[in-house]
Amino acid sequence: MSKNYFEIIRAGINSTFQDLGRKNLYHIGIPFSGAMDNRNYLLANKLIGNDHNDPVIEFAYQGPHLKYHGDKLNIAVTGDVSFKIKKGDNLTDGKCYQTFILENNDELNIISTNKSVYGYLAISGKFDLKFQWSSCSTNTRANIGSNNGAKLSDNQKINIKEINQNFSNTKLNYINTKIENIRVVKGTNFNYFSDEGKRNFFKNEFKVSKLSDRMGMRLEGQKIENIIDTNIRSEGLIKGVIQVPADGNPIIMLSDHGTIGGYPKIGVVISADYDKLVQLTPGSTIKFQEVDLNSAETLFKLYDLETQNLISQI
Amino acid sequence: MIKNISNLGDAALYCDFGKEVNKEINTQVIKYFKTIQKKNIIGVNNIAPSYNKLIISFDLKKINFNKLKKIIDNIEIIKSDNIQNKKFEIPVCCEKEFSLDIKRLEEKLKMTEEKIYENFFENEFFCYMTGFIAGMPFLGDLDEKLRAKRLDTPRVKVPKGSIGLTEQFANIYTFESPGGWNIIGNTPLNIFDSTKEKEPNLINPGDLVTFKRISKENYQNYHE
Repeated sequence: MSKNYFEIIRAGINSTFQDLGRKNLYHIGIPFSGAMDNRNYLLANKLIGNDHNDPVIEFAYQGPHLKYHGDKLNIAVTGDVSFKIKKGDNLTDGKCYQTFILENNDELNIISTNKSVYGYLAISGKFDLKFQWSSCSTNTRANIGSNNGAKLSDNQKINIKEINQNFSNTKLNYINTKIENIRVVKGTNFNYFSDEGKRNFFKNEFKVSKLSDRMGMRLEGQKIENIIDTNIRSEGLIKGVIQVPADGNPIIMLSDHGTIGGYPKIGVVISADYDKLVQLTPGSTIKFQEVDLNSAETLFKLYDLETQNLISQI
Repeated sequence: MIKNISNLGDAALYCDFGKEVNKEINTQVIKYFKTIQKKNIIGVNNIAPSYNKLIISFDLKKINFNKLKKIIDNIEIIKSDNIQNKKFEIPVCCEKEFSLDIKRLEEKLKMTEEKIYENFFENEFFCYMTGFIAGMPFLGDLDEKLRAKRLDTPRVKVPKGSIGLTEQFANIYTFESPGGWNIIGNTPLNIFDSTKEKEPNLINPGDLVTFKRISKENYQNYHE
C-alpha cells in the first residue's frame, strides 16, 4: 500500500491519466491519445516543476473530488476551471495557473470547467501508473493505458509513488481565449462535394453536438452535399481530419480516433487551432476558415512560440 | 509506386498509390511503410498503410511537408525478399449464436449457408492493413459471390472475436466495438494482446490467413 494517495470521493465525468501519448502505432490501430489540450497540459507540468511528459489527470466538464492522504504535496490546475480546496473546516476557492499545497486529509474538489471541456491536474510527484508503449495515456475505447485502460471511478484510490520536494509557489497570468473560427486546410476529397456544399462548409456556422468525446466531435448544420461518393476506400486518419459521412454532417477526428476511416475528408483542422478546438463545448458554434499550407505552418510556429513564451514565464 | 504525394492537413503526407485495391499495389504500400519505419526519419511520428494509400504523420516542430516530401521522393525501397510474410490458420465457430448475419447473407447473396461457408473456408486471404480498432486485420479478397454491403444500421456492439464480411474483405473484431460488417462466426483466438508491447498484433500487413471451421465443443475448450 502506498503511503501517499488520493481517495476518490467523486470521479467526475471523464477523468483519465494522460501524457503526451504514444507514437508510431497507427499501423496496428492505436492512435496517439494523450492530453487533448496540449498547451494546458504542458503548463500544468511546468507550474509544478515536472518534466514535460509527466502524467497528469485530465478531466472533462465535471472533474474529480479527491481527498488527500499523505505527506505535503504541491498541485496545480490548468484550463478554465472552478475548484475548491478544503483544509479542515476552511473552504477556499482555487485558482488556475497557480500552485497549492495539500496536506493530509485536505480535499480538492474540481467542480467544473467553465465554458470549456478539458482541464488538467498535475502534482509534485509521480502517480503509480502502468505504462503501455511508453505512455500512461488511457484510451478507454481500446482499454489501453493506465488504470487498466479505464476512466477513474468513484471510491478507487490513486497511489502516488514518490513526492518531489518542490513546494515553491508559482503562478502564471494566463487567460484561455475561446475561438469559434477554426482554420482548416482543404482535405484530400474536397472535390467530392458540390460547389454549394463547399461554400456552405466555409460560410455557415455549425453546432457542436452532444455526441462529442475524446474520439471525435460531431457537428450539426446545413448538410454538405456529396456529388461523387459518400464512401471512399478505407484509409488512414489523423487527428483534426473532418470527415463527412452520407448524412452530410461533419465529424472531426480527435486524439482517440479510429485509425482507419472510409468517409470523404473535406478538410483538416490546422495544428495551431487544435487545442482551442477541443475546448469547444456542445452547443457552441463553429465556423471554418480556409488557409493554405504555408499559412498553416506559420500559424503553428506562432502558436508554439506563444506556448514556449508562457512556459518560460513560469 | 507512389503516384502522387499531397498534404493531409499541415502535419501529414498523403501518399497515393492509385485507385485500385489489389495485392500488388498493397505490397508496394507495405514496402514503403517498412522502409520508412526502418529509416527512423527525424520528426516522423506515425505511418499508416492502407489498401492503396500511405499516410505519414510528422511533428511540425521538427520537419515540414516540403522537407519530408523531398526525403520520401528520393527514398530507396528495400528489396522484396526482405519482407517475410507469416501464415496463419484461424479457428472459427459458426454456431447460430456467433453467426449473427448468416441469414441476411443467404438472402442478399441468394446462396445457402453451407455454400457460403464452403466458399469462405476454401479461400486464402491476404492482410492488407490493420487498424480502425487496435489489431483489426483487413483481409482480402473474398470470392465475388460472397460480396455484400455493410448492415444498413451498424451494430452498437459487435462481440470480440467476430468474423465480419463486407464487399471484398473479411475482418476480425479484436475486441467488442461498434461495427457494420456481416458477422458469420467467431474465433476463440486472441488476435490482439495489449500486454505484448513488441508484437501485440497476431496478424500484420502482408501476412496470409486461412480460416478453419471448428465445433462449439472445440471453441469452448480452445484454451485448454
